[in-house]
This record gives sequence, C-alpha cells and structure tokens, in this order.
Amino acid sequence: MAATARDLSNVASVIQLKGVNKWFGQFHVLTDINLDVREGEKIVVCGPSGSGKSTLIRCINRLEEHQQGDIVVHGVTLSNDVKNIEAIRREVGMVFQSFNLFPHLTILENLTLAPIWVKKMPKKEAEEIAMALLNRVRIPEQALKYPGQLSGGQQQRVAIARALCMRPKIMLFDEPTSALDPEMVKEVLDVMIELAREGMTMICVTHEMGFARAVADRVIFMDRGEIVEQNEPEEFFANPRNERTKLFLGQILHH
Amino acid sequence: MTDMPVGERKQLAPPTDDSGILGWMRKNLFSSWGNGLTTVVLLVAIVWILNWFLEWAVFTANFTASTGSECRGQGACWALIREKFRYIFFGSFPYEQHWRPLFAVIAMLSMLVLSADRRMWNWRLLVIWGVGSFVTFLLMFGQLHIPLSLFLVVALVVGGIGMAMRQGIARAGEMNSYRALAAIGLVGLVLRFIGILPAWKLSIAPLSYVETSLWGGLPVTIILATYGLAFAFPYGILLALGRRSNLPLVKGLCVGFIELIRGVPLISLLIMASVMLPLFLPSGTTIDKFLRAQVAVILFAGAYIAEVIRGGLQSLPKGQFEAADAMGLNYPQKTLLIILPQALRVVIPPLINTFIGFFKDTSLVLIIGIFDFLNTANQALVDPNWAGFPGEVYLFAAFVYFVFCYSMSRYSKYLELELNKGTRR
Repeated sequence: MAATARDLSNVASVIQLKGVNKWFGQFHVLTDINLDVREGEKIVVCGPSGSGKSTLIRCINRLEEHQQGDIVVHGVTLSNDVKNIEAIRREVGMVFQSFNLFPHLTILENLTLAPIWVKKMPKKEAEEIAMALLNRVRIPEQALKYPGQLSGGQQQRVAIARALCMRPKIMLFDEPTSALDPEMVKEVLDVMIELAREGMTMICVTHEMGFARAVADRVIFMDRGEIVEQNEPEEFFANPRNERTKLFLGQILHH
Repeated sequence: MTDMPVGERKQLAPPTDDSGILGWMRKNLFSSWGNGLTTVVLLVAIVWILNWFLEWAVFTANFTASTGSECRGQGACWALIREKFRYIFFGSFPYEQHWRPLFAVIAMLSMLVLSADRRMWNWRLLVIWGVGSFVTFLLMFGQLHIPLSLFLVVALVVGGIGMAMRQGIARAGEMNSYRALAAIGLVGLVLRFIGILPAWKLSIAPLSYVETSLWGGLPVTIILATYGLAFAFPYGILLALGRRSNLPLVKGLCVGFIELIRGVPLISLLIMASVMLPLFLPSGTTIDKFLRAQVAVILFAGAYIAEVIRGGLQSLPKGQFEAADAMGLNYPQKTLLIILPQALRVVIPPLINTFIGFFKDTSLVLIIGIFDFLNTANQALVDPNWAGFPGEVYLFAAFVYFVFCYSMSRYSKYLELELNKGTRR
C-alpha cells in the first residue's frame, strides 16, 4: 500500500522546470522552482493557501505564463509559440477544483468534444472511448444528462474522464476534492488511485494526506512560492525536516 | 395505509383552502379589508375605462363613411382605415401591383417563423434565408440583375466557412468541394478584378421594375428591421469579441467604434448617411438611399448588440475559458463551441429587448424621407377629405407594431425555456 521506494532515477523525465520565476504584479508567486518529474511518477504538492501550488501546475500547461526559467514538457519547451502550447495541452490533462464541465453540453458531449475537434477523431470512435471511460469512473448511466443534474462527486469523476478522453501522458489535478461534500471525496479519490496504479504520470495539488500516503512517489511542500521540502511520503510525514513543514503538518494532521 | 412500514412518515395532503376559483379569489383578491377595497376600486375603474373605450371604438364607431365629414360627431372613424389601409401597408408602391409587397411580407414572415424553430438552426437556415430573401427582393424590385462577382463572393464565403467549420469532421469528398468552391470564388474574383472575366449579370426580370423610393409601409419596416438585425447580430458578436481581445489595435478599434456609435443619436447617423455620405462620394456614383439607411441601422444596432453580448461573455466563469484552453481547443473552437453558446443563452432577454427597440427605431428613417410603416400612416392623415382623425390611425399603427413586438417578447420567453431545457437543476 505505502509508496514504494521505486528507483526512478533511470526513467526519462517528462516534465522539467528549471529556475522558474513568476510574479503577479509585484507579488513574487513562484521563486526559483526546480522540478523534475519522471515518467509514471506521482507527485503530491501541498502547502498553505497562497503558497503558489496551483500557480505551479497551471504554468505547466500555460494557463499561467511564467516569466523566467524553462519549462519542458515531453521534450517541448513552453514559449509564446501557440503551436507549442497546443502540442503540450494535447499531452497534458487537467482536473480543476470547480470541475469546469461545460453546462450546455451533455456528459457525453463534454467528453467527446476535444477528441472530435482537437484530435479530429470520428464521432463514433470518440463516443466509444467516452463510454468506456464513463464505465471506468462508474457513471455510464449519466451519459445523456447535463452536468447540472449530477452531484459534485459525479461531476468531478466526469471531469477526470473528460481529461482522460484525450489519452494524455500526464495528468494535473488542482485540488480536485476541495469543492466536494465530505461524503463524495472518497469516490473521486478512488478513481484517482486507480489511475495512479495504472501508471499515469500525475501531479496533484491536494491536502488529502491519505491519498499522498497511498500513491505518491514524492510529496512536495511549498510555502511562499518556494519548494521548501520534498521527500518520499513515509519519510515526509514521519520526519519533516523544515520548521515550516512541521508547522503545516501540525495544523492539518492535528486530529 | 395500515400496512405502512415502520418509520415511514405519513404523507399529508397540502392544506386545501386556497385551491379552486373561490379559494384563489379569497387568497389573492380579498385577503383583507384593504385588499378587498383595492380590488373593488380597480375593478370599477377598469370597467369604466373599458366601457368608455368600447363605446368609442365599437358601438358608436363609423365603419362605412366615404368621407371624413360623415364621421363627425360620432365615435371612432374606422372608415378612414378601411379607405387608407392599402396605402398605410404598402405606401406608394404601384396600386395595381400591391400583391407584390403583400407576398413579400408573407415571404419574410415565413422566413422569420421558420428560422425561429430551433430544429432549423443548421445548414437549413442558410437555405431558408437564401430563398426567402430572393423571393422578397424579386417581388419588391420586380427584376434582379445579379452580377457575376456576387456569385463569386458567395462561393468564396461558403467554401471558406465550410473549410473552417468542417475541418477534420467532413469526409474527403465534402472537404474537396469546399476547397473547389473557395478556389473558384477566389480565382474568379481576381480574374474579374483585373478585367479578364466580363461584367456579366444574371438578369431575372419577370415583373416591372419598382425602385426603392416607391417602396413604403410594412415591407419597408420589416426589411429594415430583419436585415438590419440579421447583419447587426454577427457584427455585434465580432465587436464584442474584439473588445475583449488581447490585441491592443483590435480592441482599440472595437471600443472606439462602439463608443462613437453609442455616443450619437440614430437620427444623426441617418442624416449623415443620407446627406453627408453623397458629398464624399465621387460625382456620378450614387448609393441607393434605402441601402444607406439600412447600413446606418446595421452599424447602430451592431454597437448596442455588442455591448449586450459583452455582458454575456463577462458573466461566464473564468473556469470555462480555462477548461477549454486546457483541452487544447484553439480560439475559434473555444469561442464557437464553448463561450458563445453559453454567453448568448444568458443574454436572450436583453438581446430580444434590443431587437424590439430597434424594430420600433426603424421608424426614425422617416426623417430622411423613407416611407416606413409609421410614416405611411402619418401620410394617410394628410388627405384633406379625412382630416381630423389622427387617433384612429395612430391606434391602428400602434396595434400593428404591438403584434410584432409582443410576438418577439413571447418568442424570447420560449427560447429561454427551450435552450435551458435539461441544463437546470
């Protein structure tokens, strides 16, 4: 169950951040971020609010623009070149805190939209893939409903299926369970754990420490725009080294 | 009821005292002394006004008089409307040819009613508007001389739109026909421009020619409003998108245009189009006055529609844009598939409100001497034989305007329900 001390040093890295800096106006939101994510690696990013966790993963698919440093995803360097950005977005799926399903489209249409329009896949094929994925997240019977008719947990599972429809190589999760009622958190985490077991490369911003223990290869703690500490989950939770990490863990694990 | 499972609560029927007509009246009209008194006073007032109106409009009205003097001292002189209705509806269009504007109006109304149906919102819409417009203008003008270059422009536009919209979806054969259309249009236009292709025109001339200065009445109002809004709508969408663009020049131009147009009255724009524009054109060239008024209406309505649509764009949560971006959709796909369908839904009520406003504002063209429906009604009063009955004529005109505007209002309601079907919780 616990994170294995798999040796990932020989595996090719799929995301590289080198000296990444970003400012919102005068506010220095990311400071000298260096990060190497290897293929199949699962990374959990945690930290107090405003620490730059979301901004970090949003830089990877260019929802936010970084101002200094290099971000390389699957060998493609992010620049202002729209072709590069679109190439990276085809490889990187994203799940948002607020689901962001398209309310005017049915669940099935939400799933098939990108395959049809971005990958130019025939509609029938896209629908078959979509139904297979809806089966996998265990809500095939909702295919013809609209997002507004589903519960939060169901919507987030649809959002995960929607991202998977593009057959991404990397999945980014931006606090996927923070907007959910407590009884729905598990159904979403179960889907994510399954996905992790299948070998997907994942970066999750989350405070679900149980999830981190179960699947993470590495836990990263961020504070004030910096990566303060990173380690295997066992070690990270048992022996946090930095004072700020200890303080943070003390606050969220006090029960 | 006896074998109800343990723990299941008995379902109680709702209290019944406010059901039925008497119950409804007691609850809504006579719930207290004050309420009851108000009800009675208002009812008396309504009956009194209705009685006075019916007395004037029906019981003592004259429907048959042959001159205005026979109507004096009685109720409403509807004989005036009977005498003048063909002029009010069709203006100075040649009298014995009045069937033409009549069928033109029918063609346009059919076109509008058909395109109101959501099931037609696909390629059918193009066919409906193509055929409807052709019939309308053939009837109104009597003769159409369509230059070759117009065909080429249509080929280029249809081919271009097909290529852009059906890319990656259409089969190879369909895609090739779009490419061929676009290529024919483009090459043809270039050849036509440098003079290799002749200035050929397709002439369809089954009827006598009637120039636009003789057009009048209801067809003029409907043409100005229909084509004004049909062109202003996509134009307004482009302006609204341009206003939110990241490109400073595009944004600046759109903001400048919108603010400039909103800053001046429609009348001044119409007068500019009618008086000033010809001064700037090289002598000898003329642009039809009707067309100039039509363009002025389009530009003016476009600016207002743009602001309404911008409201819809701004009401969308940022997450919708981000989700579309994260999936790798490009700008046209994001805009056409995700943003506009949602933004337009939100703004249906203010959008139809703008449409209704512009339907009535077309009557301002009377200032530059175009005889729209209100202006022909006005002219009907000039006849000395029928002097002195403005109330009847304006009431009649108001009634016709009301029919159109109220239809639009009801359609707005239908559209809101139809488009939000299933998407509500």
